[in-house]
Amino acid sequence: MKEIIIAGFGGQGVMLMGQVLAGAGMIEGKEVSWLPSYGPEMRGGTANCHVIVSEERIGSPFVSSPDVVVAMNLPSMDKFAPQLKEGGLLIINSSLIDDEPERKDIRVIKIPANELAAEVGSDRAANMVALGAIIEKVKIVEVDSIISSLKKNLPERHHKLIPLNEEALKRGMEAARE
Amino acid sequence: MAEKILMKGNEAIAEAGIKAGCRYFFGYPITPQNELPAYMARRLPMEDGVFLQAESEVAAINMVYGAAGAGARVMTSSSSPGISLKQEGISYMAGSELPGVIVNIIRGGPGLGGIQPAQSDYLQATKGGGHGDYRLLVLAPQSVQEAVDLTLEAFDLADKYRNPVMILGDGMIGQMMEPVEFKKEISPEDLPKKEWATVGNKGRKPNVINSLSLQAEKLEELNLRLQKKYVQMKEEEVRVETIKTEDADYAIVAFGSMARIALSAVERAREEGIKVGLIRPISLFPYPEQVVGKVAEQVKFLLTVEMSCGQMVEDVRLSANGRCPVYFYGRSGGVVPTSQEIYEQLMELVRGEKE
Repeated sequence: MKEIIIAGFGGQGVMLMGQVLAGAGMIEGKEVSWLPSYGPEMRGGTANCHVIVSEERIGSPFVSSPDVVVAMNLPSMDKFAPQLKEGGLLIINSSLIDDEPERKDIRVIKIPANELAAEVGSDRAANMVALGAIIEKVKIVEVDSIISSLKKNLPERHHKLIPLNEEALKRGMEAARE
Repeated sequence: MAEKILMKGNEAIAEAGIKAGCRYFFGYPITPQNELPAYMARRLPMEDGVFLQAESEVAAINMVYGAAGAGARVMTSSSSPGISLKQEGISYMAGSELPGVIVNIIRGGPGLGGIQPAQSDYLQATKGGGHGDYRLLVLAPQSVQEAVDLTLEAFDLADKYRNPVMILGDGMIGQMMEPVEFKKEISPEDLPKKEWATVGNKGRKPNVINSLSLQAEKLEELNLRLQKKYVQMKEEEVRVETIKTEDADYAIVAFGSMARIALSAVERAREEGIKVGLIRPISLFPYPEQVVGKVAEQVKFLLTVEMSCGQMVEDVRLSANGRCPVYFYGRSGGVVPTSQEIYEQLMELVRGEKE
């Protein structure tokens, strides 16, 4: 079982990232849950979602000590890095975060998500770059499942953006591998 | 079997209503259940149904009363403060013996409260809420799939008993997404006719739907008839899940999404060799008194965990009836207890027991 918190500011597409990930797990027949933060904290502050992908029945959908935290901006790192399990994985969007995490008992990878996304055509695909980094580092779902899930989650009118998103995913995977 | 889809609890409950043959929805917006009416607003016109955003919750529940009186499967939803406003209409529905499904996606209270998940409407849902000697059948799902299954069932139960049924969820159930499948679908045309409904009396005596009864003896007759229904519910509609209680020395009692979080604590304690079980009431009225009572005979204590300051714990104590100590742990106002917190509470009590 992997418990993941994905966080950023409103508009970075963190909710969609979580939904695509959970959807990919479902396509593979796994147990999944997606729980969003909702309410006033979504304006201005951090938006986040809790995603669990598991082989077994999921207990709490609320993640209090995640295996993986994806921080798309600094407030998200400050808020969620302290909750990581010992030895957990912190994925930092280094396009927007210059600070170093304080904890030394976790694994950290830095992905310049906005820059890599801009290189493939739109920095709005930064969320897909980060998603690529997740699935590269934590082998929970296959990339093909992510792409199928993306097609289900994106409205028809945005389907022309799928090739760009696929490219962004791959860039994220490559960056995480290095 | 139907394909699994990833859906938000609120939307899944709405779709389940449609699959149960519900074509009428009356509501008024409030967080954290807004996706439910929003979904109905989109979907019901496709099914030749009626979605109506009323001018208030009071109006909405009275529209539900009207549609139910005309024999339709009908639904409304709200969250805590809105459900409080609906109580008068709910009592009238119970008094007039009208079926209907009411969804409460609880948020923290009292008053306008907050918008985060809570379970602090337990007493309101199970002990009346409105005035008079009536009960709702109250079902509390712990997952999006169960919310779907219970909503499908709720419409059948409402018709079976001619009584309102409440689906009691919380902000977590409403907002989270999980894979779901819809195991059945009924068209309104295929539902049995309701002989009591007020649909025009050509060729027969008029049907009357009313909760006013100025003759005390007549009103008592109604009350006794209602009580018979509640006894029948207690005999036929108790729903409960027990996990690892067979050999348990201790047990946690929790419902809805809280039960899932508690289960994580139970599993962790089991890994440490502590024999803990979980009792998860699914029907909150009728309450699974006998199951709780039976486990109470066997365990050293029961720990009730709720997202409130302690409401269901009263029913746990009544069910245990002195057979074992009943402890309580809860957080309120929209704070969700973590499995770690529950685990620590449990272990502290276990240590206390051993001393």
